[in-house]
Amino acid sequence: MFLINCPFCGERDQSEFSSGGEAHVVRPKQPTELSDDEWAEYLFMRKNIKGIQFERWNHVHGCRKWFNVVRDTSNDKILSVYKMGEKPPVNYK
Amino acid sequence: MSNYRIHKTEYIDETKRVSFKYDGKTYFGYEGDTLASALLANGIHLVGRSFKYHRPRGIVSCGAEEPNAICQIGSKKDLTEPNVRATELELYEGLEASSQNCWPNVKFDIGGINNFISPLIPAGFYYKTFMWPKSFWKKVYEPLIRLSAGLGKSPTEPDPDIYDHKHVHYDVLIIGGGVSGIIAAKMSAKNNLKTLLVDDKKILGGSTIYQNNESIKIDDKLSSQWLKNEIQEIKKLSNLTIKTRTSIAAYHGYNFLLAKENLTDHLPEEKKKNNIRQRLWKIRAKKVVIATGSIERPLVFNNNDRPGILLSNSIKKYLDYYGVTCGENIILFTNNDSAYETSISLHKKGIKNIIIDLRKSTSSELIKQAESLGIKIYFNHVVTNTFGYRKINSLEIMELSEDGNTTVGNKIKLSCDCLGMSGGWTPMVHMHTQSGGKLDFRDDDQVFLPKENSEDQISVGSCNGDFDLENIIDKTVNKINKFLDIDNQDYQDTNILCSKEKDKRNIWLLPNKIPLGKTKCFIDFQNDSTAKDIKLALKEGFRSIEHVKRYTTTGMATDQGKLSNMHALGIIADTASVKMGTLGTTTFRPPFTPLTFGTLVGRNVGKFFEVVRKTSMHEWHVENNAEFENVGQWKRPWYYPKNAENMHDAVQRESKAARDSAGILDASTLGKIDIQGSDASEFLNRVYTNAWSKLAIGKCRYGIMLNEDGMVYDDGVTTRISENHYLMTTTTGGAANVLSKLEDYLQTEWPELDVYLTSVTDHYSTASICGPNSKKILNKLFPTLDLSDENFPHMSFKEVKLENINCRIMRISFTGEQSYEINIESKYGHALWKMCIEAGKEFNLTPYGTETMHLLRAEKGFIIVGQDTDGTMTPSDLQMDWIVSKKKFDFIGKRSLYRSDTVREDRKQLVGLLTDDPKEILEEGAQIVSDIKSKPIDMLGHVTSSYFSPNLNKSIALAVVRSGKTMKGQKLIIPMENKNINVTVSDTIFFDKENKRLNA
Repeated sequence: MFLINCPFCGERDQSEFSSGGEAHVVRPKQPTELSDDEWAEYLFMRKNIKGIQFERWNHVHGCRKWFNVVRDTSNDKILSVYKMGEKPPVNYK
Repeated sequence: MSNYRIHKTEYIDETKRVSFKYDGKTYFGYEGDTLASALLANGIHLVGRSFKYHRPRGIVSCGAEEPNAICQIGSKKDLTEPNVRATELELYEGLEASSQNCWPNVKFDIGGINNFISPLIPAGFYYKTFMWPKSFWKKVYEPLIRLSAGLGKSPTEPDPDIYDHKHVHYDVLIIGGGVSGIIAAKMSAKNNLKTLLVDDKKILGGSTIYQNNESIKIDDKLSSQWLKNEIQEIKKLSNLTIKTRTSIAAYHGYNFLLAKENLTDHLPEEKKKNNIRQRLWKIRAKKVVIATGSIERPLVFNNNDRPGILLSNSIKKYLDYYGVTCGENIILFTNNDSAYETSISLHKKGIKNIIIDLRKSTSSELIKQAESLGIKIYFNHVVTNTFGYRKINSLEIMELSEDGNTTVGNKIKLSCDCLGMSGGWTPMVHMHTQSGGKLDFRDDDQVFLPKENSEDQISVGSCNGDFDLENIIDKTVNKINKFLDIDNQDYQDTNILCSKEKDKRNIWLLPNKIPLGKTKCFIDFQNDSTAKDIKLALKEGFRSIEHVKRYTTTGMATDQGKLSNMHALGIIADTASVKMGTLGTTTFRPPFTPLTFGTLVGRNVGKFFEVVRKTSMHEWHVENNAEFENVGQWKRPWYYPKNAENMHDAVQRESKAARDSAGILDASTLGKIDIQGSDASEFLNRVYTNAWSKLAIGKCRYGIMLNEDGMVYDDGVTTRISENHYLMTTTTGGAANVLSKLEDYLQTEWPELDVYLTSVTDHYSTASICGPNSKKILNKLFPTLDLSDENFPHMSFKEVKLENINCRIMRISFTGEQSYEINIESKYGHALWKMCIEAGKEFNLTPYGTETMHLLRAEKGFIIVGQDTDGTMTPSDLQMDWIVSKKKFDFIGKRSLYRSDTVREDRKQLVGLLTDDPKEILEEGAQIVSDIKSKPIDMLGHVTSSYFSPNLNKSIALAVVRSGKTMKGQKLIIPMENKNINVTVSDTIFFDKENKRLNA
């Protein structure tokens, strides 16, 4: 079970959090301009990486804030956490 | 009292006699015994029958690896426990145990016939046999298999015992209190680290605590003596917690571990009562030291499973620790030095024994010691067969060929009453692999070892493949210093004397003159798989160890292959001529030893099993005979039966009353979200499909919320309380998810919006009064409020005082009647409800539950999200195109509403259904077809809501039907088990289509 370092509350047990899938999937500003395929890309397509993955987590049973996590899915190590709106750390790709 | 307890030890208190029952007969042991040691002291080896062949089986080991001595404890329906290992169960006064898997009893077992038909039940027997005819499966095969499957009996009544959970945090956790664990604990705790040491046994010390061999000494003391001093010392350390009778069940990521602490299992019945039986420790440790030791391996030879055949080191423990000898004429069969320790211990206590050693010759200190004591050793010999039905009485040995592949010379027959076997040692790498660690194979002694230790965990001692004491202590000290980044000097000058093993000879399947097909060389004792089964699986094409395991069931019993997995792998490697290290192992899954469900569940039983939410009016509902429905965690009144009414009658009465005069519903459970901020209107524009900016203050509006995929997610009425203040209601079940979804968008997509969300579901209680007389009742409650349609029209809101208390009244309707929802602070909810009931008496104000609410709204064709929708319905599918704004630039899900799939005309769409026979009520979920003759029948949709309407005096239903929008008036068929029901597609609104009643 992960220990997640919430950027607002500090280290907490995974059971306080819920996962929100891939991070940095930006909702298109003008959805009406998009073709079906482009919209489907936003709507349905997500990465499923073995290795370093950027993902969203919500401290749902705590401060209820959403934030981003960099996690290596091959060993579940969390490498970094950062707030919404902050730039992802550059040293992971 | 018996011949087999031959000397006193400090671990057995002979002043405290303990009586116990085994298979109905009373025996005696002493405090300090396990059930197994007490049975052995009474000369009992035979403790069970094997799973498949029902062969007599005896105690094999002295610990968690025990495959045979598993018993049923107690006989009470609520407290009996199956599959308890007699080797781990501490004896207590009044213990009742019985053997398993035998009928009528362990000495004469009818199932034993399986042993003679064993050629007919090879590996994969079930898969091969119970195939045809197909019709036999349900009536013959399955009942038969169920009858013979499983070991022991589970309790049939709820467990009355108390279990507990505890969360703890430590700097260092040490698993295992043997010599290396004790050293690690001392080093850690003395360096100011908060340390926890756990061990599954009653006392610390592992196997060193009874190691009294003269050639193994530390600082010139017997190693047991030295370790006892160490234990005394660590008990004084203030930041070290020691937990005995505590076993680690699971090692999860991030050093999160579960441990089971046994608190009362060793106590007599009267002391168990009202005490916590077991405690589950949930441990977070910064660092973990694994010092779980190793398990002795059996040897695989013909008839290696007879009672009286034990692991060699277990014979030593029964003797040196419990004072019990397993026989009077013992043979030890070994491929390594450790059996010599057993031999020397036995010899010292005057027990005659001889050694059969696979090795050609060898000459360590231990061997010299044994030779000097005159113990007879047969080098380069192998046991080829054993004899004796209920207990071993003799065996045959032969000389090994040079290459070890076959036997040579003549059989030598030796008599004995006990055989100890030692096939070397298997490091317990379970914890390491459970945590995600990988393994390496060491060819030298054929063991899997932890591949690398991480920053967070390390393996020390024999679980890391270090077997002699000097190696164990030196390496442990060095590794712990490094791992904990400390510089402990306590063991710098420790002087260790031990015997060093010089030769090894490992043969997984020992050679025999008898063809393999005619032997019984057991690998997995509990599941009865033999070397022959493994070879058959290979012959049939299985290669992966995971497949062979499942096909032969090797390692799949309650002991999870602790004794058998290595031999299975070895035989596969030898047969397939591959290197064992390349085969890998099967996965080591938690728990290490079985856990009771009680331990896992802890206190969350009975009323603590799940959170129950009750409205403030709940007591009134209970007093008034309500039947309740669970909606999420909420208890909602379902209907209020009067005078032994059934549900149908109650609902018909309630529905009629609501339309004829007045009804009242507890609507407190609806989700309520308070929305404030200068961008609140814009926010609603983005989350609902319709427009919100122009909603006047004091007005209410119904909204539908979509997912980004365009499917209906939730609905509810939102009220504009002031310029920048709204109160949103959601469905009861959707409240929490809707709030989360709105927060997600606010925080991640639209952080620029000035909006604040607060869940106020529990803050307000809601009484909803509807019906033609509702206005009169409201007037009695709020005499100063102008209830005229001009002042307080449908879809508007007033803030009024009831006595001194503020109420928010929304005039909104889910029933089609004039309807007022009175919201009040929850603490006044109960009082408000009672005042409403009182005021409504003269108008036959009838309380109604969720079932009547569903019926009334169905008469009006109002959807229930989650009942009439299922995550695949767009507003258009629901024939609610009117609620989707064409003008708004964007809202959640808008773009998806004109994807090629969502604009298809043949989507399933919501329609009404009327049965040709108005008395016929459809079943919700029933399939709808148009042609019952075609095969396969084309399924057009299904019924989503169905009721008998007392106000229309006919059956009505809502359904989703392919291209339903265009089918009005068409005949369709609902095929049921016994008949076909004819229906006609109708409008979704059945009652008061013109909405006249809202303003009547």
